[in-house]
Amino acid sequence: MSEQSVSESDVSVPSVGPPGGSDDTGVVRPPYVPSERRLAREAYRRSRTRRSAIVATASTLAVAAVLFFVITGSPGWPVTKKTFLDPGYARSALSPVLHGFVLNLELLAVCGPTILVLGLLIAAVRTLRGPVFLPLRLLATAYVDFFRGFPLIILLLLIVFGVPALQLQGVTNDPILLGGAALVINYSAYVAEVFRAGIESVHPSQRAAARSIGLTYAQTMRFVVLPQAVRRVVPALVNDMASLQKDTGLVYVGGAIDAVAAAHIQVASSFNYTPLVVAGLGFVILTIPMTRYADWLTRRMDRRRAQGGIV
Amino acid sequence: MSTVATAPVLRFESVRKTFGEQVILDGVSLDVPEHSVTVLIGASGSGKSTLLRCANLLEEVDDGAIWLDGEDVTDPRVDADAVRRRIGVVFQAYNLFPHLNVLDNITLGQRRVHKVTRAEAERRALELLDRLGLAAKAKEYPDRLSGGQQQRVALVRAIVSEPRVLLLDEITAALDPELVTEVLSVVRDLKEQGRTMVLATHEMAFARDVADQVCFLADGVILERGTSAQVFGDPQHERTRRFLSRVREAGRL
Ligand SMILES: Nc1ncnc2c1ncn2[C@@H]1O[C@H](COP(=O)(O)OP(=O)(O)OP(=O)(O)O)[C@@H](O)[C@H]1O
Ligand SMILES: [Mg+2]
Repeated sequence: MSEQSVSESDVSVPSVGPPGGSDDTGVVRPPYVPSERRLAREAYRRSRTRRSAIVATASTLAVAAVLFFVITGSPGWPVTKKTFLDPGYARSALSPVLHGFVLNLELLAVCGPTILVLGLLIAAVRTLRGPVFLPLRLLATAYVDFFRGFPLIILLLLIVFGVPALQLQGVTNDPILLGGAALVINYSAYVAEVFRAGIESVHPSQRAAARSIGLTYAQTMRFVVLPQAVRRVVPALVNDMASLQKDTGLVYVGGAIDAVAAAHIQVASSFNYTPLVVAGLGFVILTIPMTRYADWLTRRMDRRRAQGGIV
Repeated sequence: MSTVATAPVLRFESVRKTFGEQVILDGVSLDVPEHSVTVLIGASGSGKSTLLRCANLLEEVDDGAIWLDGEDVTDPRVDADAVRRRIGVVFQAYNLFPHLNVLDNITLGQRRVHKVTRAEAERRALELLDRLGLAAKAKEYPDRLSGGQQQRVALVRAIVSEPRVLLLDEITAALDPELVTEVLSVVRDLKEQGRTMVLATHEMAFARDVADQVCFLADGVILERGTSAQVFGDPQHERTRRFLSRVREAGRL
């Protein structure tokens, strides 16, 4: 919790003292009035906050100014600017690149959740105890070991061109679907390990407490271990999702046109690289809301339950 | 001020602490004289742990001040790390580091903060562990110790740096009667060595035996304060009497 909000609410809502404060002690305490000391401390803290804000702004501006002059003052700047940052090319590239982005987003929207679910399943299987589950455990381990090591681009090529070559009945030849499948296979191996790390970081006493109130193994995982594990690995998962978002572009090897491929087509016809910069910035813009949302979510979770304090 | 011999080591002056709308401490004033043991008693949730956490600067007080050797440690300008170096704490939940063995738990602060050599830190740690009957567990990890053993390790971790004042939160909660006696004698020893201590406890017999000063916390203030004989023998407030008679009924005094 923020100390600022606590103290402010105190100042505006004068306390009436704890309930029953006067009944049997015989002493009626006067309502609370903030002391001089408190007001002075709060004024001091405010002035510190103000000062650090000023320092932060000034140093940011100074760094930005230095960068600006170093870059724009460099001898090759005019040519570089024309090749990479031309507004005209940027405008004409915008529409095809945005079109390409639709494919990236579709792939992300389908592959992202699939990967998370599959990764969680594999991680759960890997943490199963007992000899009965040995074959399952071995399978999951082998899956992770193999696909985490196998280069994504080779996997994509193998699946996008290899599967159609098999000429199986009822199996798609669509390069986008096959590319998506390759992404899912590769990324779920990574994500499984992230989940496993989270599961194993939950203190064993938590399992003991959960089993002792009668929860089954599965219920213990579902209601006690996973909620704590997932909370801890959210930043790592956001990392993987941001990385996935960029790798969705790799489906172009099968001929699909995503944002990067669209930009490439523009570059090939004009030899101006601005469209690639536009596509790159597009990816950045897509990643930021995802990260901020995850940060907000985890902060909210923490605020509700942590003991808090100031260290 | 710190040169005056009679000045209290720790002084709480109208300390107020709220969590949201809930007022936990509503003007607590208390002097903790040197070489003395102050015991905080009171119902569960009356704010004993909160008061100790405020003194160790783990919580920021809303109003009032806390003085350590004449220095206002609640002033936003003080170096909180330097203040905490002079205070030893045993938490109600022990808070041992599960990734370090007993010896490393105890010597970490010695080596990293107080810059004692490893050999010297381990010698001191083993000496104290031996006193508390834990020498055999020096290389064990906290999760493999019993609750009482963990509690004693936490006690050793707090006293090994010889702090100015010790804040002990429920240090006898998980101990069998024999160990309570043992810890009691450790606390007495510490007192004789000139240590100053503030304890929160529900163990009234322990409180009565060890306390120089007993404080009964209720409704966010210290409702009654006096020597062990005064508070346990002849309590002035109706609330204190009721609390103590409930404790007696429960057979804990
Ligand atoms: N971080 C926190 N946020 C909100 N409320 C808190 C927080 N810490 C403590 N409290 C509340 O403050 C009150 C006093 O808690 P505290 O731990 O100081 O009690 P206590 O006297 O030590 O009790 P016990 O004897 O059971 O240890 C309780 O009602 C508790 O719910
Ligand atoms: Mg407590």
